[in-house]
Amino acid sequence: MHEMGIAEGILSSSLEAAEGAGALSITGVYVTIGELTEVSEDALQFAWEAICPGTLAEGSVLDVTMVPATSGCADCGHEWMHDRYSGAQCPSCGGWVVMLRQGREMKIDSIDIDEESDA
Amino acid sequence: MKVDIEKRILAANEELAGSNRELFADHGVFVLDLMASPGAGKTSTILATIDALRDRYSIAVIEGDIASKVDAEKVRAHGIPAVQINTGGACHLESAMIRRAVDTLDLESLDLIIIENVGNLVCPSDFDLGENAKVMILSVPEGHDKPYKYPNIFQVSEAVILNKYDTMSVFDFNEEEFREVVKSLNGQVPVFPIAATKGDGVDAWTEWLAARIDAAKREGSR
Repeated sequence: MHEMGIAEGILSSSLEAAEGAGALSITGVYVTIGELTEVSEDALQFAWEAICPGTLAEGSVLDVTMVPATSGCADCGHEWMHDRYSGAQCPSCGGWVVMLRQGREMKIDSIDIDEESDA
Repeated sequence: MKVDIEKRILAANEELAGSNRELFADHGVFVLDLMASPGAGKTSTILATIDALRDRYSIAVIEGDIASKVDAEKVRAHGIPAVQINTGGACHLESAMIRRAVDTLDLESLDLIIIENVGNLVCPSDFDLGENAKVMILSVPEGHDKPYKYPNIFQVSEAVILNKYDTMSVFDFNEEEFREVVKSLNGQVPVFPIAATKGDGVDAWTEWLAARIDAAKREGSR
C-alpha cells in the first residue's frame, strides 16, 4: 500500500505546475500507470481523495490510464504485448534478450486548471 | 485550461536515488537492496553473507523496519556497522531515508552496503534507492506459488535466493514449478537455494555477489 506516496508525488507536481500557471484550482489530473507496476488504481483513487482537501486540487478528478506491457526482442526485432508471465522470452524466435518498451510507467501527463482570468 | 507536465510521479525519489548512486560510485561502494517477506530470513541471510565475505570486503548494513532496532543490534553483535531506519509505518524504504542513513557511515572505508528493506513483497519493488542490485529472498515455507501472486518483485530482482531450503521435505514446495514461473517472469535470473542459518548453499550466492562487486569496482560505477 504505497499508493499514498505515489499520490503525494502526483499532488506535489500538480500543485507546482498549477501555481506556476496561476491556477485558482485544479479540476483534473491525468496520469499514466504501467500494468507491471504494483500500483492499484482503487487504492490510488482512495489516497487521492484523502490528500487533496485543503489544496488547490480539492475535488479534482484523478484520471488514470493503465498501459499494457510491450516488449521487443533484441534477436529478431519482434514486438509483442504481454502480461507479466509472457514477457521474458520472445514468442517469435524464443530469444531471451528482450527489452521492455512500456508497462512500468508511473507518469503524470497533465492537469486541467481554472485560471484567475476565468474567475 | 490544460497544463502539460510530463513528469515521472516518483521523480523526487528517482532524482535522489540517482544522486545516491553517484555517491556510491564515487566511493567505490557496492549497494545491495535485499527484499523479502517478514520472516523469510533476511537478517539470517545477511549474517551468513557477512560471514562469507567479511575477509574480502569491508561491509556495513542498513536495516529498514517499521519499528525497533533488534536487527541492527544483531548485525552489530557480529562486529559490523549497522544503521537502523525506522519508517514509522511506511511499508518500504525510499532514497531519502537511505541518504540520511548513509551520511552516518564512513563510505571511504566500505566496499559493500547491504540494505535490508522492510519485510514486504509488494512496495519495495517500485522504489529505486540508488542500489547497484535488487535481490529478493523467498523462503520455502511461503510456498512455490508466490511468483504468481507477487510478480513485480521477481521481475525487478537480479537474483532470487530460495531460503530455508533444508525444510523442503516438510513443505509441499514444487521447486520445478517455482523455477519455471520465475523464468517466465525474469528470464535467466539466477536462483540460489540456501539454508542461511546452517550455511548451506551460501557460497554460490556470495560468489555471485562477489563477482558483481568486483565488476562494479572495475567499471568504477554502475
